[in-house]
This record gives sequence, structure tokens and C-alpha cells, in this order.
Amino acid sequence: MIFLDFEKPLENLYEQLEKIRQVGEQGDIDVSEMVQELEDKITNQRKEIYANLTGWQKVQLSRHPERPYTLYYIRHMCDTFVELHGDRRFKDDKAIVGGLGSLGGQNVVLIGHQKGVNTKMRQYRNFGMANPEGYRKALRLMKLAERFGHPIVCLIDTPGAYPGIEAEERGQAEAIARNLIEMAQLRVPVICVVIGEGASGGAIGIGLGDSVYMLENTWYSVISPESCSSILWRSWDYKAQAAEALKLTPDHMLEFGLIDGILQEPVGGAHAQPEEMAKLLQRHLQKTIAEFQDMDPDARIARRIDKYSKMGHYAAKPVTVAQPEEEK
Amino acid sequence: MGWFKRLKDGIITSTKDKKEAPDGLWYKCQRCKAASTLKEVRENFHKCTRCNYHIRIGSHDYFDLLFDGEYTEIATDIQSEDFLEFTDLKPYKDRLEAARKKTDLDDALSVAIGTVEEKPLVVAAMDFSFIGGSMGSVVGEKIARAIDYALTERTPLMIISKSGGARMMESAFSLMQMAKTSAKLSQLAKAGVPYFSFMTDPTTGGVTASFAMLGDINFAEPEALIGFAGPRVIKETIKKDLPEGFQTSEFLLDHGFLDFIVDRKDLKTRVGELLRLF
Ligand SMILES: [Zn+2]
Repeated sequence: MIFLDFEKPLENLYEQLEKIRQVGEQGDIDVSEMVQELEDKITNQRKEIYANLTGWQKVQLSRHPERPYTLYYIRHMCDTFVELHGDRRFKDDKAIVGGLGSLGGQNVVLIGHQKGVNTKMRQYRNFGMANPEGYRKALRLMKLAERFGHPIVCLIDTPGAYPGIEAEERGQAEAIARNLIEMAQLRVPVICVVIGEGASGGAIGIGLGDSVYMLENTWYSVISPESCSSILWRSWDYKAQAAEALKLTPDHMLEFGLIDGILQEPVGGAHAQPEEMAKLLQRHLQKTIAEFQDMDPDARIARRIDKYSKMGHYAAKPVTVAQPEEEK
Repeated sequence: MGWFKRLKDGIITSTKDKKEAPDGLWYKCQRCKAASTLKEVRENFHKCTRCNYHIRIGSHDYFDLLFDGEYTEIATDIQSEDFLEFTDLKPYKDRLEAARKKTDLDDALSVAIGTVEEKPLVVAAMDFSFIGGSMGSVVGEKIARAIDYALTERTPLMIISKSGGARMMESAFSLMQMAKTSAKLSQLAKAGVPYFSFMTDPTTGGVTASFAMLGDINFAEPEALIGFAGPRVIKETIKKDLPEGFQTSEFLLDHGFLDFIVDRKDLKTRVGELLRLF
């Protein structure tokens, strides 16, 4: 088990629990009562810690190395899944995966950012940072879904679109922009869920949909707290402060009307009970698909565009006394 | 009416600038360091008379360059608000106030309607002087209203981008403006109303990754910085020097993301040509 800094009290309790169990195994002393007591303590401690997470702690949790990623969810949710590769233009991006799957008997196209599960795979997946071909692969699969009437599921988990020379040469900005304008007009339901990090253009590039939910321990922002700290505070040391200032938690996002809902995670986070999380996610996706599937496509598109048109917060300009017109 | 005053302000602003800068004053080119008089620079479409460097200019300068004569500003009744109570080294509220005072603008984008070579056109133009031309809720909403006007009147739309990207102080609100402006542009595309995207120095981040790259025609001023990630971020990520001319207009033209580059002196003529060809 990997413990984050704010989970330290838990780590101590787990250590105690382990020692007592060893004592129990070695000798004749009955430790069951003590074990029970400690387990209750752990449950309570965990609830307490997780009930009061700060923005920065949610960011840390969203990056927990044991957190399930897109392919984990797909494998646990789908009866059948065939991964499809390539953007048919340049190459196959490993940081965005996708394919055809069956979700409780419903054929869908699933797309998501993919991070690696170990050091080698993290590099292979480019840490979940897609290049233009990733966004173009995603769009190709979305168009495929549209042609065959399949709902689209997008799982978002990226620290950002990759900032590299080749990414710029091949039009990172154009790839993301194209996805946004195309996704607005897709004639099938588009269901998005932020399952980890929702960083900036790299996230929204597969994130415009009829329904956008966030898992409980995730974040969504225009910039990562680290980069925000570096730009606005001119130092890397203010990431926790930046995370608070950005108001990037699911609760904030829902309050601002920028997402449609929050999906609760099992106590201890998605990584503590990944299989349970996959079940919860599957239930959510099937329910949401059913909600949107029977709508008239034109009405659904109009509703989608209307939803995004309303996003924003501004004030009426104070009225100034009109100046008399002097000349022409 | 709001627009009436703004229109007047627009004219007064540029006239005032001209008065405050007597013709005898010198402009020192940022690039080649050559000195020219302000009058020479102004008559040369705000470009260096020696090296043709395109000096950064504001939304109303572009309106003056493009429109046949008078123009009408629309969507002038809204302004940004520090809804998130965002404070970094300075409160966003103070940054907004300072920007309004300094620029005499409501936000980083203004929308105007008028005619170019007698053809009607809606122009939404950004101001880099207002918090780096960053896109927040107001920029997004003004673009949405410009698109609504273009849709209703079936008038072509031109957006002049000049922006460092999304406005961090509006966090996810600014991010969602990428989705909002792109979704609105999809309506314009569907309705068959032309959209010209004109990129000027600089056009980066969320602005490039949304409306700036979505023109039926994409074009730019010479040597403008255009990209998704900023050069500094890329350099820090790859730990290598960037190639000469990377992320310039010429680089984008060569890689197939621009239709052409246009010198500022030819802008009006070129837009007039486009309007007749659609
Ligand atoms: Zn010069």
C-alpha cells in the first residue's frame, strides 16, 4: 500500500495492525478483539481524513499511483472490448486509448486518456499526455460511433496535452479545437467522466459532452496547480495555494454549473477498492446513456450547445451617464 | 445607447493618443532598434518603417484599419467579475480594475459591426494590453454574442486573436470558454456563414486550441507567435533549444495550418476579396 502524506495516521494504524496480527499468529494470545478495535479505528480515521480533503489533497489522490486508469475500467466494465488503434494520418498515440465495447449489452465506443502502471509503461503512455494524433484518433472513433449509432464514453485523466516540438508541428491546438467543434455536433450521446486529472485543453479535448461527471477525488482546471504557481507566484512552491485558489474540486465545479454531477468513490478512494469503483462507474454510465439515448438527436445537440453557452460568470457593466454627442 | 458611447470612446481614444504623441516623437523598433517618427509608423499601418515589424495594436486600431468608416460596437453591457475571489500575488479584482483603467476597455475583446469594401462584417478583436489578451467568461460570452449576431443577420464573422491563452484567474470558467466558443462556432459552420480567423502576435494556449484554429479561412500577420504550448514551457519540458522560426506564422503556414500570411497594409483589401468570394 502506498500512503500519501496526509494519510500518515492511517499508515501508523496499519503498522500496528500488522504487528498485532503477527503476535496472534505466533502465540496463544487471542488478539481478535484488538484487531477489531484497530480495524474500526482505521475505518473511522479514513472517513475523517477523506471527509475533509483540501483541493491539493484531491490533486494528490487523483495522481495516486495505484489509482485505476481507463483500461482498468474498460476491462472491468465491458463484456467485450476490442481496442482500436491509430488516427489513420500519422500514428497511434499511446496516451489516448479507445475502441468498441459492450456495456451491459449496449454497444458503445469508449475513449480515454491512459497512464502507465509502472515506470516503463508510464513512459510508453507518455504519462497520459497526448499528442495531436491522440486527439485525432479519438475523433476518428467518435465519428465511427456516430456512423453506427453508438453512444460515446470519454474517460478523462491527463496532466495536460503534451508540450513538444512535434506536437506543435502537427498542430496540437488544431487537433483539440477540431475535437471541440466536432463533439458539439455529434448525433449520438456523449458521456464524459473525469476519472483522475482534468488538466486544461488536454482534458477538454475529449471532454465536451451531454453529461460530464467527475469522480469524487479528481480535479478539473485550466492549468495544473504547479504551473499556476510557477506563472502567477513565480515559484514552484505555491502549488497547494494555487490548488485552493483555482477552486478545482468536483464540489466547486458542480456549484459553478460547469459539470453535471459527482460520482462518489468508495471510502479511501478509487484505488482502495478499484473493483467497486468500476461497478459504480458502470452503473453510472449505463444509467446516463439510457437517459440520453432516446432523445431526438437534434434536440440533444441543441441542449448540449445550450448547456455550454450558459457557462461563464460575468457582471452587468455599471451604467455610466450618457455623454452628449458633440460632433459627428 | 451603450454602443454609441463606446463608438465615440473608440474614436476619441485613438484621437487622444495621436494628440498625446506629437509627430516629432520617436518610435524605437523593438526588433531592429531603428528609430522612426510616430507619424511615419502610423502612416505605415503601425509597422516599423525599416524592418516591417508589426507593432502590437489594439482592437479599435484594427476596427479603424478594416471598416469603411463608422462601425458599431455590440455586446458592451458586460464586464468581468472576480467571482472566484482569486488571489495570487495580487487579487484578480485589482488586476481587473488596473486593466480597465490602463486600457479604457471593458475586457480583452471587443465586437464591432460595419462594412469592409461595402460588405457587412462582424469583427471580434482581442486586446493584448488587457491582462495579456486572456480569455475569461466575458471574452467567451462576447464571442458567443458575435456569433449569434452573425447567425441572425447571416453576416460573415472575423475574429482577430491576440492572446496569451485562457485567463487563469477564472480557472475552469475560462477553460469552458474553449468549449463554449467552439460549440457556438459549430452552429455558424452548420448554417453556412463564413468565419475568418485572423491570428496576430501572440496567439497561444486555449485561444489557439479553440476558435483561432477553427476558421473556414485561417490567416495571420507575418512573424506572429502562434502555438498551443508557450515556447518556454516546451523548452523546459524537452530540455532542448527550439529551432529557429519555431511557432511563427511562417512555420504554421509551412505545416499546413494557415491559408496565407498577410501584411497589415494589405489586410483590408484581402478581407474585401474574401468577402466577395464567399
Ligand atoms: Zn524594425
